Amino acid sequence: MIATPNKVGQPIKRKEDPRFITGKGRFTDDIKLPGMLHMAVLRSDRAHARIRKIDTRKAEAIPGVVKVLIGKDIVGAIPPLPCAAKNAEGNHWLAGVPMNVPDYTALATDKVGFVGHNIAVVVANDPYTAQDALDAIKVDFEDLPVVMDPVKAAQPGSPVIHEQFGNNLVFNVPGGPSPEAIAATEEALKNAQHRAHIEIDNQRLIPMAMEPRAAVADWDVGRENLTVYTSTQIPHWVRTFLGLMLGIAEHRIRVVAPDVGGGFGSKLNVYPEEYLVVHCSRLLGRPVKWTNRRREEFTNTIHGRGQVQHIDIGFNSDGTWTAMKAKLYLDLGAYMMALTPGIATFTVVMMTGCYKPKAYCFEQVGVFTNKMATDAYRGAGRPEATFIAEKVMDTIAATLKMDPTEVRRKNYLTEFPATPPTGLVYDSGDYNKAMDKAKQVVGYDALRREQQQARAQGRLMGIGVCSYVELCGVGPSFLAPPGVGFWESCTVRVEPTGLVTVLTGISPHGQGEETTFAQIVSDQLGVPMENVRVVHSDTDAVPYGNGTYGSRGIAMGGQAMMMSIDKVKDKAKQLGAHMLDAQKESMTFDRGDIYVTSNPQRKVTLGQVAMAAYDFSWKGPGTAPPGVEPGLEATSRFEPSNLTFPFGTHICVVDVDKETGEVAIKRYVAVDDCGTIINPLIVDGQVHGGIAQGLAQSLYEDAVYDADGQLVTGELLEYAVPKSSMVPHYETHHTVTPSPVNSLGAKGIGEAGTIGSTAAIFNAVMDALAPLGIKHIDMPLKPEKVWRAIQKAKSA
Amino acid sequence: MAVSIRMEVNGQQMSGETEPRMLLVHYLREKLMLTGAHVACESSMCGACTVLVDGKAVKSCTMFAVQADGSKVTTVEGLKQNGAYHPVQEGFWEEHGLQCGFCTPGMILAAVDLLQNNPNPSDEEIKHGLEGNLCRCTGYQHIVNAVRSAAKKMQR
Ligand code: FES
Ligand code: FES
Repeated sequence: MIATPNKVGQPIKRKEDPRFITGKGRFTDDIKLPGMLHMAVLRSDRAHARIRKIDTRKAEAIPGVVKVLIGKDIVGAIPPLPCAAKNAEGNHWLAGVPMNVPDYTALATDKVGFVGHNIAVVVANDPYTAQDALDAIKVDFEDLPVVMDPVKAAQPGSPVIHEQFGNNLVFNVPGGPSPEAIAATEEALKNAQHRAHIEIDNQRLIPMAMEPRAAVADWDVGRENLTVYTSTQIPHWVRTFLGLMLGIAEHRIRVVAPDVGGGFGSKLNVYPEEYLVVHCSRLLGRPVKWTNRRREEFTNTIHGRGQVQHIDIGFNSDGTWTAMKAKLYLDLGAYMMALTPGIATFTVVMMTGCYKPKAYCFEQVGVFTNKMATDAYRGAGRPEATFIAEKVMDTIAATLKMDPTEVRRKNYLTEFPATPPTGLVYDSGDYNKAMDKAKQVVGYDALRREQQQARAQGRLMGIGVCSYVELCGVGPSFLAPPGVGFWESCTVRVEPTGLVTVLTGISPHGQGEETTFAQIVSDQLGVPMENVRVVHSDTDAVPYGNGTYGSRGIAMGGQAMMMSIDKVKDKAKQLGAHMLDAQKESMTFDRGDIYVTSNPQRKVTLGQVAMAAYDFSWKGPGTAPPGVEPGLEATSRFEPSNLTFPFGTHICVVDVDKETGEVAIKRYVAVDDCGTIINPLIVDGQVHGGIAQGLAQSLYEDAVYDADGQLVTGELLEYAVPKSSMVPHYETHHTVTPSPVNSLGAKGIGEAGTIGSTAAIFNAVMDALAPLGIKHIDMPLKPEKVWRAIQKAKSA
Repeated sequence: MAVSIRMEVNGQQMSGETEPRMLLVHYLREKLMLTGAHVACESSMCGACTVLVDGKAVKSCTMFAVQADGSKVTTVEGLKQNGAYHPVQEGFWEEHGLQCGFCTPGMILAAVDLLQNNPNPSDEEIKHGLEGNLCRCTGYQHIVNAVRSAAKKMQR
């Protein structure tokens, strides 16, 4: 009875693309409302200073300037920003330890804590005038000692950023996961046949979504309603927090994320400017727009990573990894954004990777520094975790002169659901299968032979391997910070004309769910894809949802949609049975045909059922199906039983130029397993983009602050976002191990590329340098750094 | 002190007033409501604002509107002809050359310019030709495929 071939699994071109390729996308900065004013923000050029005086008189006098506000003007109107990671008891919501969270106000009052800290806002008739006015504001500062290095900042005697806490510790988890685990780890380390100590500086990165953050607030004076257009990944969370913080009834607020030009975690916060732009609109009774400029974006949008990792491992002569003790210093910045202190939790629960060391313990030291806050950036804690596990594998391989792929195989978890020592339960997996495929595609054994020849000729050729497992489909709600959930919602509505509307609580911004959801609906309900419209990111239109991050679009939003589809099918069967004088139990729903199972000729179509469901007049009084409401739609909310755990193996081949230190990537093979694939074109796109961001960390990008706290890499000229000429050709392959957590079997693919590639490329370069005795160079592996290491090794 | 300027934009004569300091990209976006050209850096580093001025790809954040007085400007909105997509637009759609779509208009116009000068580029030439345009989403491979596919179509 299959009328049309399956859409799921096909490389179907995207429904969202026509608007973008014609310049008709609608991003926040494209929005113009009648009477709209423009807000600009004065940012601190000091990293740590007391504010003595702010003189705004000249700015206010500029024609076209409507309002200037400084910190004291918003006291009482905009409370300090909440750090969602802190629970009602004042503790870290996952680690349970006490946390120091300083007040972070939308505009600084008495002092500034990082370059880019907000000091004042100007609202003017046009953006140029607003910028002029910023230049006219004079701030009198008294500089304070600057604290930059998280390890030094954590030591007694360091200058303190927030005097009230007496030191620079945000929080400290001295002994995780338990005292027993620590004792067992110490014991296992003692008993191990080999031990090693590893130090890694997993550098700060800048997410750099191409669209800078922006927001337009429109306070409707007559209705006392608020509409906010904002470049965000989490429209409903923005609505709730605007309501709570500004004392506006939440149901009077509509938040719309129009087209959003990339996020990667950087738009997963409610930022000071979103509160400020709403405050200004309400104050002035006019729409107000604010758009971040790139320079500002660098200093005041969250950064990622920033972990100094000290690792002790124990292993045996056969390559078995037996123990790991980790101490993580977290470079958190001066103020806490929503999840700043929580990201490393994803590191400590994932840092044993695909493997099964028996003993494991960790310490987390969250540290204040005079920098922008870190928070979730693509992978959020898992790239940092995978990097550790994969460094461990290569360390064991190098020490024991074993092949790195064999060391990995030796230590893989093989029984699923798997229980690594971290306490998580990995849903499903087959790590050997992904490794087999990666080795076969790349031609591993031949490459090793080629490498021998290269080495004999004095060439630096390297082969890097990374096996990763990560955590996606975020996730059961008990993991979510206080006040929000991690479930997902969806309404599926068949309209009277048989067209289908999907209202989803996720908020895609490049991931393509307008297409993938339509593919699923098309197969399930038997309607053409063009008859499916996916609505998202408008809080007045869609049920409360939790947005897009943590590779949750399909695994969470898709599953909520599947639940609603099932309910719609069930109701269609009931209505169809009534139309055909049959029993619901005797009906079959097959791709839009609803028929009596024993006699498929007795059938109605979904279109006929839909019309009847809304018309509802039937054959006259008393003939409607008993106990059935009119209409054909269903709403569902999916709360998963577990996270999903995508995995894979990436293999990278590089040549390192001895004379210049330059790294050239010769091959890049990625084998990823994200469970069921809905659209291979989109999956490959996610993998490619992910690899490019991991490559960026291993080779190019670094958020460098100087000793005075100035962000040296504060422009695209200095911050080396990869260009088209800097990326290799990616060879992408997959294995498919469905997840049991959702009925689609989907795991998620948004972050996998980044998680796999950072370590694969790094390990390849280290493998190339191994003959010189070089064991470690901190990322990014820029030519200059590699060249220096080569020189040093030569002279040693 | 506004000055009046004239230009032919997407085949239509447009005249208007601008402040001398207004950038071309802002003029297009704010005055002509052509919001396809995007602003992502204002420092000529990203290419999101790329348009064609007298047939050549130009980063419209590096130019004042007054400097384009008397020129012919093509923005992404002007690429579709008689209801048909430009082969480069088709290429981007078919090869999944975009994700969030923010870099896309600039990328497409840079590719149009590239193919004007080199109708049959190799992958390496495409990569070098598009060096001035950043994309944070795609990792570029599908963009290269898109341009290659457009080149094929244009040769037919
Ligand atoms: S905005 Fe013009 S090059 Fe970036
Ligand atoms: S598609 Fe998002 S920046 Fe290129």
